[in-house]
Amino acid sequence: MAERIVVDPITRIEGHLRVEAKVEGGKIIDAASSGTMIRGIEIIARDRDPRDVWALVQRICGVCTTTHALTSIRAVEEALQIRVPKNAELIRKIMLAVIHIHDHVVHFYHLHAPDWVDVPKALQADPRRTAELAQSISRWPKSTAGYFRDVQDKLKAFVANGQLGIFANAYWGHPAYKLPPEANLMAVAHYLEALDWQKEIVKIHTVFGGKNPHPNYLVGGMASAINIDGDNAINIERFNLVGKLIDEALEFVLEVYLPDLLAIAAFYKDTAAYGGGLGNYLCFGDFSTAPNNDPSGFLLPRGAILNKNLSEVLDVDPRDPQQILEYTDHSWYEKAPKGLHPWEGETNLKYTGPKAPYETLDETGAFDKPYSWIKSPRWKGHAMEVGPLARMLVGYAKKDAPSHALIKDEIDKALQGLGVGVEALFSTLGRTAARGIESKLCALWLKQFFNELIANVKGGDRKTFNQEKWEPSTWPKESKGVGLTEAPRGALGHWVRIKDGKVTNYQCVVPSTWNASPKDLKGQHGAYEASLLGVPMAKADQPVELLRTIHSFDPCLACAAHIIDTESQQTTKVEILR
Amino acid sequence: MASQDSFYQYLRNRGVSRRDFIKFCTVMAASLGLEPGAAGAIAEALETKRRMPVIWRNFQECTCCTESFIRTQHPKASDIIMTMISLDYHETLMVAAGHQAEEAVAKAIEDNRGNYILAVEGAIPVKDGGIYCCIAGRTAVDMLKEEAKHAKAIIAWGSCAVNGCVQAANPNPTGAVPVQDIIKDKPIINVPGCPAIAEVMAGVITHVLTFERLPELDSQGRPKAFYGHRIHDKCNRRAYFDAGMFVENFDDQGAKEGWCLYKLGCKGPNTYNSCSNLEWNGGLSYPIKSGHPCIGCSEFGFWDNTGGTSMYAHLSEVPGLKIGVNVDAFGAAAVGAAIAGAAVHAGLSAVTKKQMDRQENEKNCKNKVEG
Repeated sequence: MAERIVVDPITRIEGHLRVEAKVEGGKIIDAASSGTMIRGIEIIARDRDPRDVWALVQRICGVCTTTHALTSIRAVEEALQIRVPKNAELIRKIMLAVIHIHDHVVHFYHLHAPDWVDVPKALQADPRRTAELAQSISRWPKSTAGYFRDVQDKLKAFVANGQLGIFANAYWGHPAYKLPPEANLMAVAHYLEALDWQKEIVKIHTVFGGKNPHPNYLVGGMASAINIDGDNAINIERFNLVGKLIDEALEFVLEVYLPDLLAIAAFYKDTAAYGGGLGNYLCFGDFSTAPNNDPSGFLLPRGAILNKNLSEVLDVDPRDPQQILEYTDHSWYEKAPKGLHPWEGETNLKYTGPKAPYETLDETGAFDKPYSWIKSPRWKGHAMEVGPLARMLVGYAKKDAPSHALIKDEIDKALQGLGVGVEALFSTLGRTAARGIESKLCALWLKQFFNELIANVKGGDRKTFNQEKWEPSTWPKESKGVGLTEAPRGALGHWVRIKDGKVTNYQCVVPSTWNASPKDLKGQHGAYEASLLGVPMAKADQPVELLRTIHSFDPCLACAAHIIDTESQQTTKVEILR
Repeated sequence: MASQDSFYQYLRNRGVSRRDFIKFCTVMAASLGLEPGAAGAIAEALETKRRMPVIWRNFQECTCCTESFIRTQHPKASDIIMTMISLDYHETLMVAAGHQAEEAVAKAIEDNRGNYILAVEGAIPVKDGGIYCCIAGRTAVDMLKEEAKHAKAIIAWGSCAVNGCVQAANPNPTGAVPVQDIIKDKPIINVPGCPAIAEVMAGVITHVLTFERLPELDSQGRPKAFYGHRIHDKCNRRAYFDAGMFVENFDDQGAKEGWCLYKLGCKGPNTYNSCSNLEWNGGLSYPIKSGHPCIGCSEFGFWDNTGGTSMYAHLSEVPGLKIGVNVDAFGAAAVGAAIAGAAVHAGLSAVTKKQMDRQENEKNCKNKVEG
């Protein structure tokens, strides 16, 4: 007899996510994931000046706080055919690489690590042996016995105090925790260090965008003017600061994050046996190295993999009206007659779930009716997973990508270090490992982009903004565009239509929409749901393994459930009348 | 009893010396902008108090305020969480999930009746019974009402909780309203901004903790210590405004020299916040300093205050050029659309349909909340 468990809220994520799962024989046999909040950003974006919309849609997410703004300006620039100066392109690449590294580190230590690290167990550690462990895996200078003893003393006092705060009521002592006390202590120390470090790397955003979270962007370039002989613009002092922060980021990733990740993973090789889910992976690609943003030059390549088949990477065209379609069969919207491409997006809110407060979203447990605010995007009819694992797999498999050799080398090294084969990547562990590997690549590229920026400025190019098509009078009467990025959580697309100087339709298909989507019309699970099938549960009322698998995606729910389009019914009618 | 330890005792248990403790109090006093003698008062307060329980709810939001909060430089977020407050519930940071998480909040309320701070990040949708934001099967609006009942005070983090922000922008599809539209019988500290500045957030918490009372608030419920000046008043480009030297286009010679961004739509003259004073991310920069005009993100209705034009269109007037006159002394009307309210909207030369829709919407939402 199956037992039903409900986990709501799923904590240590962005936004509000609910999972209902069926457990039988110590394993999850079915699962439904539901986004339980919606805001309606797209409808709010309508009727606004396309040059302003980046700021509005940036607020879709305050975690990967820069990617929606970047994606929006790319969409508008494509629609209005605006070319961006090289310096602006490089600054944007720097800012994007920064958010990847920042987001991955914060995810690993602050959102994900408590799934692997039994914090109170760190109290039993011998600080000298912790230092030996830490020194054996990296050259991080803080790794001394005295340092770890101090951290342990602080933790002791914290636990003895009785006010456990964010660590209260957790699953400490759960049999799924497997680290020795020394590794737990090392991880706790780095949890605190990472919290201090993360506020530093974002200062690169502050230099170019004035603040973080939510740095500023600009259609046509970047607002941060460069004047190497001025005292009120980007000059050598600002460049030096950015350079220093990049070096520190590189060191933190290489000497703390990646060694910790691989050391912890070595104790959890069992999690390579489950959590793979769909086996279908999708990337839009990013970090262009070729002129005109040509996808062939992407360091994170574009493409799709189906059924874990690494011998073939399929071409992806987000502009093709047949490839990406969104469905609402299990979402709280009036049902569209068919799947719709985002340029034709059509949605009307219609909540049909139980009246709050509710215990379950579906008493029958069948989940054959709508149960989420998230839609179900599908690529050529397939449910797809997006994110760091998808990017690393596509890079691993796509032999003609410029970064293929580098990505393959890094993945092979990690697999060899853990003593597992490539199939181990299709799992909960694989997702977490891919994020760490990608962080190293992004840190290396970050340094490279910065060097290119300095070289370009040194060469005499100081331009950061293209004025040519700033004025609405220079725009076509009607246009459309798509902006594509790889956000930390995966492939992100914004599709915009502009008419008479105003946005007439704005649709976002975001990473967590793909990953957190409910079932589609064919009953195909979304990526979270599929990944939970077969996950073992040692104690059904303490869902550590479930959290581990869901957290391996780094859920971002405010992003996923943002789509309301209450006026589109009317729009459709108008189109029919034409 | 261990759970009744004072903050000072707690630090002592962690091996912090008296000398380091006093040093910490001095830094705190400086960070709060107080005279050096205040350090003694802080030390005294901390020596006699246990960590303040805080229940932090995320409702309809993007988590940028939490992200901002963990960026605070003084005091550091890790110190606040580990040694100054007891963060008994925070969806983004807490380890427990599901019913264990909800049990944690229930226990925190039970153990600290009348003594905990309820911190709210995000707006609260009230349309259609509030079904647009649910946690643990309950609506945000019900949750807020219940958890506010026994709170000592409420902190509304960021523009979402203070004025509705992005989801409340026209046409506000989910009927999003701020905390102060729902809770009328508790002190509310409004800390606007999208997000609020990290050190302002830390400053508000440490003020309550240190002085055991709420900071002095202005007529909009904002701490005067952080919202007493317009960004314009302390702007690093202010001299260029006074001299009439303006950036005309992004990246022109004026931009490279750092002239005033007023003609590119800067809302600094209408915006009360600490950006030009404290600056962001450890006093490093702020939007205007880095070349982008202020978008006025801490002001009511800032998404719709442009009267239907682009946010890059320059303000039609700059109210009151007298530096140091705060919003109360100044009067709401003079600050223009930034203060919002029907009277101000009606006074604008171009009231767009959008704005009228918005007012209608606000009215409906209010009715729903009150009914």
